[in-house]
Amino acid sequence: MRIFKSGAVRAITAAVAVGLIATGCASERGKDGDKGGDKDTFVFAGAGDPGSLDPALASDGETFRVTRQAFEALLEHESGGSKLVGGLAEKWSSDPAGKVWTFNLRKGVKFHDGEAFNAAAVCANYDHWFNWKGTYQSSAVSYYWQTIMGGFAKNEDKEAPKPNYKSCTAKDENTAVIEVNEPSANLPGGFSLQALAIHSPKALKEYAKQDATAKGDAITYPKYSQEAGTVAGTGPYKITKWNKGNKEVTLERFDDYWGEKAKVKNLVFRTIDTEAGRRQALQAGDIDGYDLVAPADVKTLEKEGYEVPTRDVFNIFYVGMTQSKNPALKKLEVRQAISHAIDREGIVKTQLPEGGKAATQFMPDTVAGFSDKVKTYPFDTNKAKELLKKAGEEKLKIEFCYPTEVTRPYMPAPQDMFERMKADLEKAGITVVPKAMKWAPDYLDATEAGSCALHMLGWTGDFNDGYNFIGTWFAGPDKQWGFDDKKVFDSVNAASKVTDPAGRVEAYKKANETIMEYVPGVPISASPPAIAFAKNVNPPKVSPLTQENFAEVSFK
Amino acid sequence: MLRLVVRRLLQLIPTLLGLSVLLFLWLNRLPGGPASAILGERATEAEVARINRALGLDQPVYVQYWRFLKRIFELDLGTSTQTGQPVWDEFATRFPATVELSIVAILIAIVVGIPMGYLAAKRRGGWLDVGAVSGSLIGICIPVFFLALILKGIFAVQLQMFPSYGRLDTGMDATDITGFAVLDGLLTGELDASLDAMHHLILPAIALSSIPLAVIVRMTRASVLEVLGEDYVRTAESKGLDKRVVRGRHVLRNALLPVVTAVGLLTGSLLSGAVLTESVFSFNGIGNFIRTSIDARDYPVLVGFILFIAMVYVLINLLVDLAYSLIDPRVRVH
Repeated sequence: MRIFKSGAVRAITAAVAVGLIATGCASERGKDGDKGGDKDTFVFAGAGDPGSLDPALASDGETFRVTRQAFEALLEHESGGSKLVGGLAEKWSSDPAGKVWTFNLRKGVKFHDGEAFNAAAVCANYDHWFNWKGTYQSSAVSYYWQTIMGGFAKNEDKEAPKPNYKSCTAKDENTAVIEVNEPSANLPGGFSLQALAIHSPKALKEYAKQDATAKGDAITYPKYSQEAGTVAGTGPYKITKWNKGNKEVTLERFDDYWGEKAKVKNLVFRTIDTEAGRRQALQAGDIDGYDLVAPADVKTLEKEGYEVPTRDVFNIFYVGMTQSKNPALKKLEVRQAISHAIDREGIVKTQLPEGGKAATQFMPDTVAGFSDKVKTYPFDTNKAKELLKKAGEEKLKIEFCYPTEVTRPYMPAPQDMFERMKADLEKAGITVVPKAMKWAPDYLDATEAGSCALHMLGWTGDFNDGYNFIGTWFAGPDKQWGFDDKKVFDSVNAASKVTDPAGRVEAYKKANETIMEYVPGVPISASPPAIAFAKNVNPPKVSPLTQENFAEVSFK
Repeated sequence: MLRLVVRRLLQLIPTLLGLSVLLFLWLNRLPGGPASAILGERATEAEVARINRALGLDQPVYVQYWRFLKRIFELDLGTSTQTGQPVWDEFATRFPATVELSIVAILIAIVVGIPMGYLAAKRRGGWLDVGAVSGSLIGICIPVFFLALILKGIFAVQLQMFPSYGRLDTGMDATDITGFAVLDGLLTGELDASLDAMHHLILPAIALSSIPLAVIVRMTRASVLEVLGEDYVRTAESKGLDKRVVRGRHVLRNALLPVVTAVGLLTGSLLSGAVLTESVFSFNGIGNFIRTSIDARDYPVLVGFILFIAMVYVLINLLVDLAYSLIDPRVRVH
C-alpha cells in the first residue's frame, strides 16, 4: 500500500487540479455557442419534456411549444393575439349551416421532407386521424381530435364520442373541403389547433405503419414520434434531434419556408423542471429564455435588465363548489354568500403579477362572449353573513381542498391564494376544513370525482370561443360540480349551436348571465403569465394563448 | 460454495415475489391513478374511465397482479406512464448518469477525505484537526440539497464558473455509446464532450460527496488515532524505521480497513442524496426521474425501480457473504 506516499498524494492533487482547469477551459469554449456568442443558437427552457414529436398525439403545452415551430395548421392565431387568421389556408369559409368548411390553401408551401403541400395533403391528414384504430382511439392519445371532431370511422369503444368528421375532399390542387355531420362551437377554432397541424403525406405513410400500444398499464407511443427523422411539417424550423438523455430538442431553420425565415439558425428547447432552476439558468447565462416565470421573480428579473414580457390574460381561476359533496351548497344563498365572502381584488393585488384581473364570470374579458351584464358578487362580508343567516347556515362547516407542489399559469401560488380565501370565508363565519393534496394525480382525481366541497382550479383557453371555457364545465352534469340545472346547461348548449359568429357571441353572453345567476362556483381572477428572455434577446410577440413563434426571435 | 450460491439465488425468488405482492398492494392502495396525471385539468370522469379501461386498470386487483407478474417473469417492466416509453429504456438512459455522478462523488470523498482524516489524526489538536472535525460535522449536518443550492448560487449563477444544470452543454453533439458521458467522450476521442460532461458533474458531485466525505474524514481520523497507539507502530518507530514506511505500511494500511468497508456502504446510500442533488441541477439521472415518477404516480417506473434495487441489494449481500467466506474460513457457511 504505497499509494498514499506523499508523492502519490501530490500526483492525485495535481491530476484533480488539471482536471478542474481543463473542464473550466472546456466550459469557456462551449459558452460561445451556449450563451449566444455566435448568435446562432437560441436556447429556451420549458418545465417539462415534450411527450411526442407528433402534435396529433399530444394535449400538453410543453409538446405544442416545440411542435408549433415545425408544424402549421390550416388556421392560426394572429401573432401576439387571439384572433383567427389564415395559416396554411389563406382564406376559409363555411356554408350557412356550419357543416361544410372550404379552405383556399397557400401556394408554394413545402414540407420539410420536400413534399409539396396541397389539398390532397390536407385530406390525407384528416383521413389519417379519422381512421385511427386501437390505442390511437384512447383519449390519452387523441384527446384533441375527439374534442374537436368526435370519434372515428369505426369507434372501438362504445363510450367514445360520436364522430362529427364526415369527409375531406380535394376540390382542386389548392382547395380543400372538410365536412362535418353537425355544426360545432369548436369550429373554426379547432382548425387552428397544433393537434390538427398538417403533416407531410409521405411522413403519414410511415406513421401508419407504426402502432401506439396500451401495454403494461401505460400507453407506448409509436417510435416515429419519439425521435427526429420521420416527422415533417411546414413550419419555419425542422426538428433535427431529440436528445432524451440531455433533455434537449434541437430544431434547425427550414430554408425553404414559405414565409419569413427564422432569424436564428438553431433553436433548442431544454427541460428544467423547477421555477428556481429555470431562473438561475437564465441568470447564469446557460439559457436565453424560459416560460412559467414565478410572479415573485418578475420584478427582480426586470430590475436586473431581463426582458419579461407579460401575456394578455386568457385563463380563468375559480373556486369550484361540489353541491353533491355538501348539501348546504345546494342553497343559492349559500353559494352567493361564499361569492360575497371572497375578496377577489385582494387576491389580484397580492398574488398575481401586474395585469391580473378580478373575474366576474367563467371566462376572461379577452374571450368573445364575455358579458358586462352578469350578476356580480362584490366583496361584502356582512352581506355574506346575512345570506348565510337567511339560508339557516350560520354555522356552515365546509371542506376546502387545495393543491400542493404546483403552479399553474392561472394559479401562481396555490397555498397563498388558499390561505387568503380561507381567512375571508372565516371572517364571514364559515368554518373551513383545509385539505392539502398533491396536484397530480391526487388533487385532480379528487376534484374530478367530486370529492371536495370547495376546490381551486382553472383553465387556459385553446382558442377564442366561449365554449372552450364555459362548455368545458357547464354543458351537462359533471361530478366536479355535482348539480343538474337544465337552464344552465341549455343556455350553454344553445349558444354552441348558433352558426352565425356574431349571434354566437351574443348567445355566450346570455349563457354567462344565466350561469352567474345560478353561481355554481366563484370565478376569482385571470392571470397574465410572464415569460423571460436574456438581456441580449429581442423576444417574439408574446401570445395570450402561449403560442409564441420563435422564428421571430433575434439577438441584439 | 456452489451449493451456497444456488441456495442464495433460489432464496431470491420468494424474496422478490413477496416484495412484488407488497408493492402491488401498496400501489393499489394509493389514491389517484395515471389517467388524470396524463390529462391534467382536462380529465373528465368519462375520459378517466376510458383510459383506465384501455390500460386494464378497471379489472380486479388479482387479474392486474397476475398480468404484472407475467410481465416481470418476461423481464418486461412495462411502460412509463409519463413518457410512454419502456421502463428499461428509461432506466438505461438515466442510470449511467447517476452512476457517473456517484462515482465522481465517492472519488472526491476518498481523494480528499482519507488524506484529510489522516493529517487530522497526525496533527491531533492542531488547526487542521479542528478544521477537519468541525468541517465534517457541518458536512454531516447540512442537508445535501441546501449545499447544492449554495454551490449552484455561487459558482454557477454568480461566478458562472460551472453550468447551472444538465449533463452536457446545449448543442454538444456527443456520441452516445454507453450512456456514461465522460467515458463515451474518451472512447470516441471526443475529449471536449468528455471534459464538458466532467464540468457538469463537478458541482453536483461536490454536493453529493458532502456526507461521505465527512464520514470518511471522521472514520479515517479515528482509525488512524487508534492504530497510532498500537504496540507495533511504537515498535516500528523505536526500531528506527523510516517515518514514511511506518506511516504508509503500518499505520494507513491498517487504519484503512474499516474505512474501505464504510466506502462500500456509503456508495450504496448515495442514491438518496442523488434524488435531491439531481433535482437542484436538473441532472437527468435516476434520482430526478424517481422524484417525477412519484409525482406522476408512474407505477411501472416505481415498481421496476424498487424491484431492481431490491435485486441489486440481494445480489450485493450474496457477494458480501461469498467474499466473507473466501477471506475468512471461520465464517464459511456450510
